[in-house]
Amino acid sequence: MCSGRVDIEFILRAFANGQDGVFIGGCKLDECNYVTHGNYDALSNTYLTKRILKHLGINPDRLRIEFMSGADGQLLAEKTDEFTHQIRGLGALGSSEGLKKETVRFNLEAARKLIPYMRLVERERFRVPVKSKKAYKEFFESPDTHALFDKIFSEQLAISRIMLLLKKNPLPTGTISEQLGLKASDVSRHMITSSRHGMVRYDTDSKCYTLVQA
Amino acid sequence: MNKAVHVYFSQAIPLVAYIDDSCLFLKEGKCDICRGVCKMDAIDFKQTPKRLNINVGAIILSAGITPFDPSVKEEYRYREYENVVTSMDYERLLSSTGPYEGKVLRKTDKKHPQKVAWIQCVGSRRVTPGDNSYCSGVCCTYTQKQVILTKDHEPDSECTIFHNDIRSFGKDFERYFQRTAAYPGVEFIRSYASIVKEIPGSKNVVIRYATSDEGVKEKEFDMVVLSVGLNPPAAYKEISQKFGIDLNGHGFAKIESSNPVQTNRPGIFVSGAFQGPTDIPESVFTACGAGSQTGELLDYRRGKLSTQRVYPDERDVSKEEPKIGVFVCHCGANISSVVNVPATVEYALTLPGVVYAKQQIFSCATNSAKEITDLAKEKGLNRVVIAACSPRTLEPLFRDTLREAGLNQYYLDMANIREHCSWVHSKQKDEATQKAQDIVRMSVARASQLEPLQEFDLPVNKTALVVGGGIAGMTCALSIARQGHEVHIVEKAKDLGGMARRLHTTLEGLDVQAYLDNLIREVYQNPLIHVSHEATIKDVAGYLGNFTTTIETEGRIKEIKHGASVLAIGAEEYKPTEYLYGQNENVFTHMELGQEIAKGNETVLNAETLVMIQCVGCRNEDRNYCSRVCCGHAVKNALKLKKQNPDMRIYILFRDMRTYGFREDAYREASEQDVKFIRYEPEDKPTVEAVKEGKKNVLRVTVPDYILGKKLELDADVLSLAAAVIPSESTKQIAGLFKVTLSPDGYFKEAHVKLKPVEFATDGVFLCGTAHYPKHVPETINQAYGAAGRVLTLLSRDTVVASGSVAKVTEYDCVSCGACITACTYQAIEFVDTPKGKKAWVNPILCKGDGLCNAKCPTNAIILKHFTNDALLHQIDAAYTAEGILAEIDAVLEEV
Repeated sequence: MCSGRVDIEFILRAFANGQDGVFIGGCKLDECNYVTHGNYDALSNTYLTKRILKHLGINPDRLRIEFMSGADGQLLAEKTDEFTHQIRGLGALGSSEGLKKETVRFNLEAARKLIPYMRLVERERFRVPVKSKKAYKEFFESPDTHALFDKIFSEQLAISRIMLLLKKNPLPTGTISEQLGLKASDVSRHMITSSRHGMVRYDTDSKCYTLVQA
Repeated sequence: MNKAVHVYFSQAIPLVAYIDDSCLFLKEGKCDICRGVCKMDAIDFKQTPKRLNINVGAIILSAGITPFDPSVKEEYRYREYENVVTSMDYERLLSSTGPYEGKVLRKTDKKHPQKVAWIQCVGSRRVTPGDNSYCSGVCCTYTQKQVILTKDHEPDSECTIFHNDIRSFGKDFERYFQRTAAYPGVEFIRSYASIVKEIPGSKNVVIRYATSDEGVKEKEFDMVVLSVGLNPPAAYKEISQKFGIDLNGHGFAKIESSNPVQTNRPGIFVSGAFQGPTDIPESVFTACGAGSQTGELLDYRRGKLSTQRVYPDERDVSKEEPKIGVFVCHCGANISSVVNVPATVEYALTLPGVVYAKQQIFSCATNSAKEITDLAKEKGLNRVVIAACSPRTLEPLFRDTLREAGLNQYYLDMANIREHCSWVHSKQKDEATQKAQDIVRMSVARASQLEPLQEFDLPVNKTALVVGGGIAGMTCALSIARQGHEVHIVEKAKDLGGMARRLHTTLEGLDVQAYLDNLIREVYQNPLIHVSHEATIKDVAGYLGNFTTTIETEGRIKEIKHGASVLAIGAEEYKPTEYLYGQNENVFTHMELGQEIAKGNETVLNAETLVMIQCVGCRNEDRNYCSRVCCGHAVKNALKLKKQNPDMRIYILFRDMRTYGFREDAYREASEQDVKFIRYEPEDKPTVEAVKEGKKNVLRVTVPDYILGKKLELDADVLSLAAAVIPSESTKQIAGLFKVTLSPDGYFKEAHVKLKPVEFATDGVFLCGTAHYPKHVPETINQAYGAAGRVLTLLSRDTVVASGSVAKVTEYDCVSCGACITACTYQAIEFVDTPKGKKAWVNPILCKGDGLCNAKCPTNAIILKHFTNDALLHQIDAAYTAEGILAEIDAVLEEV
């Protein structure tokens, strides 16, 4: 198994379970144990997940990736210590972010539902042509990439959060916007699109949106 | 003190009790109690020696080594003072199976010794009767290991090492020495030491020593460890007579540099310390080398006596609930000195699915593995978790254990509580125990989700590829070819020979050029060996047993298909930037000096004064290793020069003379021939300037003399520098092509520094020669035969087994997006037509199990077997305990 096998889902699951930090260890870049250089996939997954975390209001520093070889035991110890100290400084998940545990979990769950979508988008929009640490950094930290990601992701995340909320019980637009801290106009817009896709139904009597069971 | 009937040691093979000579029944016909006690009726006092005649085609002598016995010399006070022990005794004190179960205690008062001294070179490097003149080669580093272990046992203990030269010539040994010396309370003192007296009452031991700045001093220690050297066992004489082989003056096998595995009698080989004092990696590669040379003789009979191993039929447990057995290993004291093993066993029993848990001293020992097999059958286990070390080394062994129990081998999971826990948390025992339990819990969670998998056979291409046509590559290629396999040698230069082209003799007196010419002739004459000159490697594809390497040679592209690869690309000589090298024509490197001597350069041979400076370009910040060969080179050149010009004044400026093994004799000889050895410290290096002295141009070398306490000025006609051996420029590129890793110093990293010194962690790729680490010619030859031996264990097979952990597509979930196909570099996935349309399909032979596809599939239709989402998510979930969640709820409640 390669570090590229570390699913975004694994990372989000760990955070959803209440882990305060997640550390991914991979082989040294350009010294792949396979021929695949899958550690670059691990790197791009890390960049993407950090961005997701940021959207969820979670400090992206809680996720870290380091690359080292089997001869770098000392380095692993150093990096682990460093990360442990850093996470201790940040405290329990949500605490330094000012988020309640339930909110963190709710948001992570909403993000987790987007993983299949994320994978498709990653393939279409977030591939870096050159395999180098520098190229990856430049690409993933460029304002353009951030803007693109935000455009694609924030809409989907908002919808995903609404769906997750509606799963519990039907709600009117006002309550949704209040509970999720979204603009009422945005909620309406999302609900119209979602009704069109047949995902929700508007109940005129109760003025509530209901999830359409698949 | 052992009883007469006992087990030899806990990892002995076969692990059965035997009766030794101290048995009362054997001596006096009394006792006989054991026979009554043994329910199996296994004790038979009527056994008599039997004479067996066995016909063999070759004999390998690996009779081992024996520690020097210091009681032969009164001055060591061994057996006289009770707190004077040998390093072997001390090893037992450190061992969990030792007399105090791993506690270091004094025999006299059962107290922990606070002040411990080691005396180096006991029995070695001395010409006095009873001692050995050679250097045993292993004591410096084993002492450092004992010091580190002592500090681990008792961080406050004070360790003092009285030493001569520190001989850290092995791979990574220089760093190890630095690590030892950096411990607080550890002091290395360069001085001869004598044991003066024992203090009555306390039984402490007083050592007298002298340093250049403080003069003669005495110091009291709680315990003194004699770092004893290695002796040839007494049996060597008898063996040599029986087998008709010659011994050398030291009582070891007499061998030639050109083939150190071969004795003077054809068909009889020596491996390990019978060649002379050796450490573990060298023993391993001489053993593999002896195997290869035996193969050269007996290849036509290969496999005739072997039998197929038969495993019991696999039990179908797919319908059963998980019944998990957990085995927690002490690893001697490696784990149990930090992690509370019994508590971890207790804890494991509380975990869901665990029906049985047990502790073991060494889970990997034959009897423990057997126990796991037996208990798996007896308790009806269908999953096994071994909480021990990294799966890297022992997973194959434990998988085998499961097969023996009739379980699919993929029902095993290893919880690494050694490298990931006890070794890194030795100071935090409670937390380490907690972490070990966390790791076990996660492992159990994963184990509950494991599924049985089938492995399959892949054919092996019987050809080998050897990269590098130096001594290492050619020797290895010849040994492989002599066992009937085709070999391709890929050499980057125009000619074969490599670095050895520039060597003329070895210290042992081998005529390197004549030897090399002969070797090259043999290579060209062997019909099974194909040499590509001026070749560069363009691409390496494939895997164990089935590689395809593309090379460009003399302007054309060639594709070579082969089953095994040997990397023997050699090393290079450092080009010094210091000491006027390259600026003054009379400054040479040792290798150049050797060439000039061979050429008969008049300036060199008629020099009145010649100075050599050791450790140029290594043992420094840039290259933190010892180049191993330079001290031997310096002494070799000095002796050659003295032979031709006895009046020449020769000075060798050194930091530690590292003429290990029998090279020590040459060092002594040089000293006797009035070669002057002057030690310098790295912070006070010699300086060199070109000056005119009268009419003569000289190189003025200034060096501090610690014995005289002043600066010495040496006016040299010729200066020779011990230029470091450095990794070949192409090492990194070759490593990338063959997917192998490098050590911190830029040499190839072997699979295991001690136990697998000729193979890489990458299957099917092997290494030998100086690309592994600097080494002398005979050592290179040993290792080259060793690599050939390992290559043959692969090429002599028709098939290799490929892992069952490959990707698989659930057709129903596949949406034919092709994400997995683009993710796969092995081109193992393709679309196939099914009644439901185009679906992805994995060719299990091509799949290498990296699992990238799994992480890319939007519908999770493709899964990597053995590392499924289910298994890994269970493991991730188990990282968070019920206790953890409860604590969190408490915290929230408190806030409210």
